[in-house]
Parts: sequence; structure tokens; C-alpha cells
Amino acid sequence: MFKKLALSTAIALGLAGSAFAAGEGGHVEDYSFSFEGPFGTFDQDQLQRGLQVYTEVCSACHGLRYVPLRTLSDDGGPSFSEDEVRAYAEQNFEVFDEELDDFRPAIPTDHFPANDSVGAPDLSMMAKARAGFHGPYGTGLSQLFNGMGGAEYIASILTGYTGEEKTEAGALFYENTAFPSGWISMAPPLMDDSVEYAGGYPATLEHQAQDVAAFLMWTAEPKMMARKHAGFVGVIFLTLLSVLLYLTNKRIWRPIKYKS
Amino acid sequence: MSGIPHDHYEPKTGPERWLHKRLPIVGLLVDTIMIPTPKNLNWMWIWGIILTFCLALQIITGIVLVMHYTPHVDMAFASIEHIMRDVNGGFMLRYLHMNGASLFFVAVYMHIFRGLYYGSYKSPREVTWIIGMLIYLCMMGTAFMGYVLPWGQMSFWGATVITGLFGAIPFIGEPIQTWLLGGPAVDNATLNRFFSLHYLLPFVIAALVAVHIWAFHSTGNNNPTGVEVRRASKAEAEKDTVPFWPYYVIKDVFALAVILAVFWAIVGFMPNYLGHPDNYIEANPLATPAHIVPEWYFLPFYAILRAFTSEVWVVQIASFITGGIVDAKFFGVLAMFGAIIAMALAPWLDTSSVRSGRYRPQFKWWFWLLVIDFIALMWLGAMPAEEPYASFSLIGAAYWFGYFFVILPLLGVFEKPLPRPATIEEDFEAHKAKTGGTKTVVNPAE
Repeated sequence: MFKKLALSTAIALGLAGSAFAAGEGGHVEDYSFSFEGPFGTFDQDQLQRGLQVYTEVCSACHGLRYVPLRTLSDDGGPSFSEDEVRAYAEQNFEVFDEELDDFRPAIPTDHFPANDSVGAPDLSMMAKARAGFHGPYGTGLSQLFNGMGGAEYIASILTGYTGEEKTEAGALFYENTAFPSGWISMAPPLMDDSVEYAGGYPATLEHQAQDVAAFLMWTAEPKMMARKHAGFVGVIFLTLLSVLLYLTNKRIWRPIKYKS
Repeated sequence: MSGIPHDHYEPKTGPERWLHKRLPIVGLLVDTIMIPTPKNLNWMWIWGIILTFCLALQIITGIVLVMHYTPHVDMAFASIEHIMRDVNGGFMLRYLHMNGASLFFVAVYMHIFRGLYYGSYKSPREVTWIIGMLIYLCMMGTAFMGYVLPWGQMSFWGATVITGLFGAIPFIGEPIQTWLLGGPAVDNATLNRFFSLHYLLPFVIAALVAVHIWAFHSTGNNNPTGVEVRRASKAEAEKDTVPFWPYYVIKDVFALAVILAVFWAIVGFMPNYLGHPDNYIEANPLATPAHIVPEWYFLPFYAILRAFTSEVWVVQIASFITGGIVDAKFFGVLAMFGAIIAMALAPWLDTSSVRSGRYRPQFKWWFWLLVIDFIALMWLGAMPAEEPYASFSLIGAAYWFGYFFVILPLLGVFEKPLPRPATIEEDFEAHKAKTGGTKTVVNPAE
């Protein structure tokens, strides 16, 4: 056990560093999302379309275990009505109820179910767990305006398949230009018209990828709009306070500084 | 309290006299807040208040976060998401606490380098300096253990790597590591004890801060000239000083407001900027992240740790002399802790009789090179352990030790200092004259 630990520590030490280099190797397309920048907001329609893509495609393999279904009706999110959320939960998900000792249709107070059926990662925080951008010069400062690039990374993965496949150690891999190693074990999940959007909105691959990426940004950071609002109010308040304190400070020191 | 003569609190009313006779607490508070402070302090003297604020911010947000957090390997990660999603204002509390740690370290580094430049560590302020270093060590311990609590991938693997450092100590290393972790590997026992200590240490820091303040209130503040306040009489002392309230309280609070505006912008608009994406993946002992990297404030010392590989001749000599007991890994650990100890020893390594760097023409250059060295090491600590970064890290580490153990002792002997002002008042008047032009500007508000 000690040896194992020492070994893992040694490996860890050897691999240490280069946080800023993480994510290299894959090409992340700089998509333009509505929620970028200090004043960016979620596009409610886009989140609703993204939920549709998740429900009809992604949820087959991926869970959203940290996301309560009820938050679908929260402000600053997809903002469905409570009735819509109740209907959506009941129609799409079954959860195991310990009291009933059986499965029952989901209700809004449940979370989206976890899904470990094929070992795919949970997507709740995926948009924060991947960084697409590190610039300029590895400082990552561009995220003030572009975000961390998590949503861009997701959209890039979904559109980054080249069509090449290879078999390695009995497993099938698909070439993907956005994936760091270049080969991903997830089969291409989306193509044009994988879902049918309401109102005739064109369900191109690009649209679906960006919509679901935006939706996953919301699942990762559901309070983003409230946070930016708090940030804005706080900065304004503190700036005004600074001005007043600057004037007070100047006034107080004047007799000390300018007594002749 | 301080050796600087000044008016002390006198109870005037009946109830005041009654209390003062029994518990002179009001006198203690009044004398502390009214302490005579050199009137020429510049903007680098604001960081103490910023640090005090940070400690309060971290304790207050931390206590509320604990109300919703669960220190168990199966629930810790989910409880953080519970805070982020379900707790009223929880996302702000958590982001404030997370980024508050970074503000804390920005301030402490500014504070430390201020002390190094103006010779604040020199006699008679060595005790203040040493206590400050103890606070800094406690801060590092607290920050490290706090980073483990969310139980993300970087929490887990950071804890594995850092506690592994103790395992590098010859003979007793492995038992120490096991004792720290509460088992053979980072697990529930580790999380629980880190949680307990993460809650305890801030209060230790608070006590040390009180002693830190007590110490420099006994010696009086240093100031940009390094010239001491005149203490022969109260009249003389008053020419060199102003009372802390209101002059410095208002100045420091103004600085605090400006810094908080920037801090608030980071919390509001890019709260994960200083974090690591991998920490949004739950800890998995079976999957090592591709890149394990400590928080930014540890990077300079992390770079020093990694600089001493088995190819470095100093390491080879050390290994040869000790018969292999001091290997590269242990040498690195010694260097990392040695780098902090070197800083703590500054009062005894600096032989110059001149306190402030302002009057030391050669010292200035070496000092700014040390600042650049520190920033370069911070950058190098985040780079992969490969060439050319390894060689640069070694040069950086060598300069760090060279500054404290060679340059500081020698400069005091060879350097010709510039003339210093005789009194603080003289310096203050001189600076006033320089900005005298503004005196004639008509202020319509007056």
C-alpha cells in the first residue's frame, strides 16, 4: 500500500504543473454565446432547446445528478412554468423511491437521474470542469469576456468528429478534433435533425451542439445571472463608496499636510 | 501601550470610572485605536487592514458555509453543489470564500515584501516579523486543507501530493504521513481531520494577529524612512505622528473599498478564474488528473520544491555525503521549507545598519530582482516539469537563497547608504514641498 501510494505520488509529482497547458491538443472553436461577458445572460429559448437535445439524445448515457428538476422553472434558467416541469419530469424520468421500494415517475423535487449505464461522465458541472480557453499568454484573463470556454469545449466536441474510427484494445474510438488526445470513445451523438425543434427552428448539428452546450452551462452555473447582477451592484456600490472615502480621506489629511 | 509618549484614556463619567477600576477594557481599546502612527506612511502600509478584513471575511463566510457542508467522502462534493444551488445566496458565500483565500494571499505577499523593502523586520521588530511568518505558515496550512474540503479531483490529488512530501522525510516520513492522513491514503479520515483543522486554524491565526499587533504597538510602526519616531517628549512625538484614528483608519478603509471593488468584480464576473476546472469533478482515487497543480499562492515554493532534481550537483553532493539519506525528493522538501525559513531569518541575515531600502542604493536592485524572481518562480511552478523550466526554476531557487544568505549579509558590509532624514517630520515636510504645487490649487468646495 505504501509503495502504491509512493508510486502514485511520484507519478503525480512527475505530471505536476502546466495547469495552463491543460486542454491543449484539441481545437476548441470560439463560439459566441449569449452568456459571455459581465453582462451576458442566458437565452431562455436556447436553454429550452438544449434541454430537448439533452432529454432526447444525451440522457440515454449521461446523467445530471446534481441538478434538481424543479430548477427548470427558476428565473434565469429555462424558466418553464411549474406545470410544464411537473409534466416534463413525469413523462421523461423514473426514479427509485426507497419508501415504495420501487420505481415511480419523477416529480419536480427529484433530481435529474444519475446515469451510469455505460460509464459516461455526469454532465451536471461539465461546462465548468473543462476549460477551452487559456489566453492571453496562458493567463486565462480572457475569460472575463469569453468565459472559461467550457460550453465552447462541449459544442466543439459535438461537432468535432471527422468520421474516422479505430479499434484499440478491443474498444472503438472516434477521431475528434476537439478532444485532447484526438480519439474519443463516445460515438458521434448528434447529426442534422437528431431532434425536431418546435416552431420549425432549424435543427442543424451546429445549432443542436450550441443549444445543448448552453443548457449544460446553465446546469453547471444555474445562478450565473444572479451572480453577475450581485457583482454589478456590488462594484457600483463599492466604487461610489471609494469616491466618498477618497474625499473624506483628503479632507481629513488636509490640515496635517498643508498646515503652514 | 507603545513606547511613544501620547495621551492615554481617562475615564470621565461615573460609570466609566467604575468600569475602568474593575476592567480597563475601554482604555485598552481607545489606546489601541488612538496609537501614535508615523505620519509619513505610504500606500504600502494599507495591507495590514486588508489582511484583517480577509480574516474576518473568511471566518464569517466559512462559519455559514459549515452550516450546509458535510465532511464525508460520499457527501462532501454533493453538499458543495447543494450550497451552490439550494442555499439562499450560497453561491455568493462559496465564491467569496473561495476567492477570499486568493485576496488573503495577494495581501500577505504585498505585506511581506513591503516589510522586506523597508526593513520592517529589523531590530526592534524581529518578534513582529517572526509572528508574521507564523501567521503566514498557518495561512498556508489553512488554505491547503480548505482546498481539500470540496472533495474534487484537485482536492484529492493535491492532498495526496502534498502529504506525500512528508513521506519524503527519511525513516520517520511514512509513519508521519500515515499519521497525518489517518490511514494509508487520502480518505474519509483525512477529510474529517482537515475539516476540523481548517475550522480551528483561523482562530489560531486570529490570536496570532492579536499578538502581532501587540508586538508592533510596543515597538511602534516602521515607516518608509526607517527613522524612529522621536520619543523624548510628547510634543516631539506629535511632530512625527498622527493618531491612528481617524487618519489611518479612513485612509485604510478607502484602500479597502478600492480593492474590494476589484475583488467583487472577480467574484461576480469570473469567480472560477483562480480555481481549477478539475475540481468540478468529484474525487476519484482511481483516476489521476493529467496535470496536478497547486493553487497559485503555493506556486513559487512548489517551483523551488521541484527545482532540485537528482541531476543537480548540490543534490548529488548532499546525497553522497549523507550516504543516500538525503535524496532528490527530500532535498526538494528541505529547500521548500528552507525558502520560508530563510525569509523568517531575515532580521539576523541583514547586517545593514540602515533600515529602509529607500536609502540603500544597491539593496534596491537586489530587492526588485527578488520580486521578479518570486513572480518568475510562480509562473515556473505552473509549467510542466521539463526543460527549460527546470533549469530556470533552479536559477530562481538559487537566487532566492542567495538573496537571503549571501547578498543580505554582504550588502551591509559593502554598501554605502545614502543620507537619511534626521526625523520623520523632516521627511514628511520634504514630500509635502514636492507636492506643494497642489496647495495653491483653488478648491471650489472650500
